[in-house]
Amino acid sequence: MADLGVHLRILGSRVRSQLAYPVSFGLDALGQAIAQANELAVILIVFAQVESLGGFNRDEVLLIYGFAGISFGLADLAVGQLDDLPRWIRTGELDVLLARPLGLLPQLMTSDLQLRRLGRAAVGAIVLAVVLAHGEVEPTPQNALLVLCTPLVGATITSAIWVATCSVSFWVVEGREVANAFTYGSQLTTAYPITVFGPWLRRLLCYAVPSAFVAYFPALALLDRPDPLGLPHALRYAAPLVAVVAVLVAALVWRAAIRHYQGAGS
Amino acid sequence: MLRPYLHLVRAGFRRHSTYLAASIAGLFTNTVFGLLRVAVLLAVVGQTGSAAGYDAADTGTFVWLGQGLLAVVMIWPDRELAQRVRSGDVAIDLGRPWNLQPALLAQDVGRAGHAMLIRFAPPVLFGALVLPFRWPQSPWTVLLFVVSTVLAVVVSFAARFLLDLTAFWLLDNRGVVTVYAAATGVVCGLTVPIAFFPEPLRIALYATPFPAMLQTPIDVFGERGATAALLAHQALWAALLLAAGQLLLVRATRKLVVQGG
Repeated sequence: MADLGVHLRILGSRVRSQLAYPVSFGLDALGQAIAQANELAVILIVFAQVESLGGFNRDEVLLIYGFAGISFGLADLAVGQLDDLPRWIRTGELDVLLARPLGLLPQLMTSDLQLRRLGRAAVGAIVLAVVLAHGEVEPTPQNALLVLCTPLVGATITSAIWVATCSVSFWVVEGREVANAFTYGSQLTTAYPITVFGPWLRRLLCYAVPSAFVAYFPALALLDRPDPLGLPHALRYAAPLVAVVAVLVAALVWRAAIRHYQGAGS
Repeated sequence: MLRPYLHLVRAGFRRHSTYLAASIAGLFTNTVFGLLRVAVLLAVVGQTGSAAGYDAADTGTFVWLGQGLLAVVMIWPDRELAQRVRSGDVAIDLGRPWNLQPALLAQDVGRAGHAMLIRFAPPVLFGALVLPFRWPQSPWTVLLFVVSTVLAVVVSFAARFLLDLTAFWLLDNRGVVTVYAAATGVVCGLTVPIAFFPEPLRIALYATPFPAMLQTPIDVFGERGATAALLAHQALWAALLLAAGQLLLVRATRKLVVQGG
C-alpha cells in the first residue's frame, strides 16, 4: 500500500511537468486527436460511397468506433509507455528500474503519464455522445450501465493486449514493430464490425487477440440486434470475463518475459 | 561538383541496409495492416462490385502499393534534423562544404532506394500473389511509376525538410511534427483512396502536395487518370517545396548563433 503512495506522487509530478508548457501540450493533444480522427475520417468517407459496411449502418459503425476510441485512448494513457521498452532494454535503464524496490510494470506505467493521449479518448467520447444523441440506443438503465462499463472494460482488454505483445521485446530486440502490428492493429480491428474481416483475420485478430470484445460485442448488445455471424447470444455480455482472462494471460506472459530477461550486459 | 552527392546517395543506402532486422519487423507490421485495410475496403467495394471506379483488383493494388511505398517516401517524419537543430549540432552540418538541403536529399534518395528493395517489393509481391491485384497493361507504365516514385520521395523529403526547419524558431517542434504525421495518412491516400473523397474535398486536396507523396505513384501504376498531368503536379510541388526550403534555410542560418566553441 505504501507503494501506491509513491506511484501517486510520481504521477502527480508527471502531470505538473506536462502542464508547465501549455502550448506544446495543447499541440500534442491536438495531434493525438487528429491521429485518432484518421479512422473516423475513413469511416465517414467510406459512408459517402456506401450505405452499409459489413451489414452495419453509419451510426452503428460509429458506435463501435466510439467505444474503440475511448478504450484505445485510455489504454494508451495507461501502458503506451511500453512502446519504449526496447530503448529501456538497449540502454540498460531497465536494470536500474529492476534494482528499485518497486514493481517493474507499475514503474514503467508511471514513468511517463502522457496526458496528451486523452486527446484520443476525447475523440471517441465525442463520437459516442453524438451517436447516442441520434437515438440508436434505447435509453434503458441496463444500456446506461453498458455504455459506462464498456470503455473501461475495453481499455482493460486493450491494455492487456499491449502488455502481452510488448513483452516480445524481451526476446526480440527489434520487436517493437511486431508489437505495433497488434497494438496499433487492434486500434483498427476494434473500430469496425468484425464482419468486414475474413474468417482467418477474425479468428486471429478478433478472438485470439480478443479485440472483438472491446467494442463490437457490447455494441451488438446496445443495438439489440442479432449477430450477423450467428455467434452465441451470451458473447455480447462476455467482455468483463474476457478482460479478466486477458489480464491473467498478460500477467503470465509479462512474468515469463521478466524471468527470461538477463540484462543488456552494460 | 556532383560526386560528393552521389557518395551521399550510396551512404544513405548503406546506412539503412545495416538494420535488416528492423526492416523485417516493419514488413510484418505493413503486411498485417495491409490485410486489415484490404478487408475494410473490400467490404466497401464488394457490395456493388465497384466504388468510385475501384473494383476488387484496384483496391488490392491500392492497399499493397500504399503499404509498400509508405516506408519508401517516408510519410511519417523522423525529426533527425530537428533534433540536431535543438542540440546545436546543425552548426557542424552547415559548416560543411555542401548545400545542406541537396546533401540531405541525396541521403534520403539512398534511403528510399534501400526501402524500395526491402520494404516495397515484399508486401507488393505478397499482395499480388495472395489477393486480387492489377499489374500495369503497358510496359512503359513501370518506367513512369519509377519516375513518379522518385518525385514522390522528393516532395515528401522537401516537406519534411521544411518541417525540420521550424525547429530553428520553435526549438521543440514535436507538436508540429505530431500534427503533420497524424494528418498524412488520410490526406496522402494511405488509408482510403482519394477518389473516395467527396468532390470538393478532393479538389482541395489536389491544391496541396499531399496526394503527390503517395496517391500519385499508385495512380500512375494503376494507369488511372492523366499520367502527364499527375507527374506535372508532382514536379511542380517538388520545385515549389525545394525552393521554399532553400529560402527558409537561408533565413534560419542567419538566425543561428554559434556560441563559443
